[in-house]
Amino acid sequence: MNTIAIRTQQLTRNFGAVRAVDGLSIEVPAGIVFGFLGPNGSGKTTTIRLLLGLLEANSGGAQVLDYDTRTQAEQIRQHSGALLEQSGIYERLSAADNLEFYGRVWRMPPAERSARIKELLTHLGLWDRRNELAGNWSRGMKQKLAIARTLLHRPSLVFLDEPTAGLDPVAAAALHEDLTSLVAREGVTVFLTTHNLAEAEKLCQQVGVIRQGRLLATGTPDQLRAQAGGPRLEIIGKGFTPQVIQQLQAQPMVSGVQVNNSHLTIQLRETKETAPLVTLLVGAGAQIEEVRKGKANLEETFLALVEEK
Amino acid sequence: MITDIWTIMWKEIKELLTQRGRFRGGGAGMLIFIGVFGIFMPLQFGRSWVDSPAGLIYWAWIPFLLVSSVVADSFAGERERHTLETLLTSRLSDRAILFGKVLAAITYGWGFTIFSILLGLITVNVAFGKGQILLYPATIGLGILVLSFLVAGLAATLGVLVSLRASTVRQAQQTFTVAFFILFVPMFLLPMLPPAWLARIGQLLTTANVEVIASAVAVLLLIVDSGLLAIALARFKRARLILD
Repeated sequence: MNTIAIRTQQLTRNFGAVRAVDGLSIEVPAGIVFGFLGPNGSGKTTTIRLLLGLLEANSGGAQVLDYDTRTQAEQIRQHSGALLEQSGIYERLSAADNLEFYGRVWRMPPAERSARIKELLTHLGLWDRRNELAGNWSRGMKQKLAIARTLLHRPSLVFLDEPTAGLDPVAAAALHEDLTSLVAREGVTVFLTTHNLAEAEKLCQQVGVIRQGRLLATGTPDQLRAQAGGPRLEIIGKGFTPQVIQQLQAQPMVSGVQVNNSHLTIQLRETKETAPLVTLLVGAGAQIEEVRKGKANLEETFLALVEEK
Repeated sequence: MITDIWTIMWKEIKELLTQRGRFRGGGAGMLIFIGVFGIFMPLQFGRSWVDSPAGLIYWAWIPFLLVSSVVADSFAGERERHTLETLLTSRLSDRAILFGKVLAAITYGWGFTIFSILLGLITVNVAFGKGQILLYPATIGLGILVLSFLVAGLAATLGVLVSLRASTVRQAQQTFTVAFFILFVPMFLLPMLPPAWLARIGQLLTTANVEVIASAVAVLLLIVDSGLLAIALARFKRARLILD
């Protein structure tokens, strides 16, 4: 297989007058978790549908696992798994029957099917409850079952559309752990859409940010952070007068300064020696309680990107 | 494709039986149905339950009622319960999904009909056999099997066609009822024909051979079933099923 799992070129899809996906060009390397970030209605789900060949593009093209989405959609679906916005669990069937059905759909031999169902349900802590109707389960358990279903046939690519949406923090954290360990163990490529930035930060090696169908930025979370905010110095204390701020802004390594009550944030052009800045502040009469070097987190980066463009 | 069709049928029937197997989920209705057509009516009709050609009429209608009670759920139910899109992201072909759902509905309706026929036969034999084995005459028995299958097919193809585009099960059921009446409009218009034509039709029906009429109905049903299935296949578009 190619080292690129997903490649799109100017992929565009309209719904009437609305352009849901607008000239999207991305490359997702095989074997990584790629986070596709964007606010609600930004075109994330439509992109997944296009990549699975469920919708046709109005223009542009895409290759998934080296198959063309227009002409080889069945092959793409054969080799991938998808957990969409809704878990897609049959609530009138037991958990085991849900997996049994999809095991048959993927034509897994009976012995392999049974072993794999046991392996996944055991790993996710659901084996003892396999004969219960899935409809009686909590949302978190259904979501775990849906992940088991998605990975059942050992796909080489998995699409996860907002997998933790609607889950409480405990269930979401448990799901993150399960996902991380399963993905590491199975070695699959994951295309994860989310608007939960903490989730993306935790799980993704690469991310793309989309808004109104347009790709705003793509790269590793570190690259995006550097692009949006760069390094910074956070200082907690008193006496951050306008004169002190002016002196700081005059320094060549400083690109911006913000004061919020006792919290001073200094945006840096480079992460060299920052001690002179602290010395300057103390010399100017500021009282410093705490100094922290840091970077913008992905959430701040995302907001900066979305608001900026 | 046969394996894939069977897979869909397995899931559909399993879901139906899980739902209907519960007393309040339709199980009570099925028990009453089997009790009426497998025990009560054979006891009322006696030997004529198996001798009379009238069996062709009611055994042909029963699968229609059974299938129509479940088929609206085929696609509209999956859409309503948010399982359809996941199914469509699987490797299954359009035909496998569609045929699987049609055949599952037929199997359910026709299966229960056959079960009721067999139970009725046992009831009649136990109550009125007097040492003899009472069976349907070969032509009537064959007619019942063929017509009930084709009528189940009519309900299944019509129901799936309607269910493909309905956003809820209730909407599918309402549209199905309207479509059913439209199919039978010619029968409602029959009394409006000139008296001479009516007399001629009446004469034809009374003098014609039951086997000939049953064969003609079977051919007509086969054509209608095939036509409805072809339309359903043409209307099965994954993109529209997701976006509708």
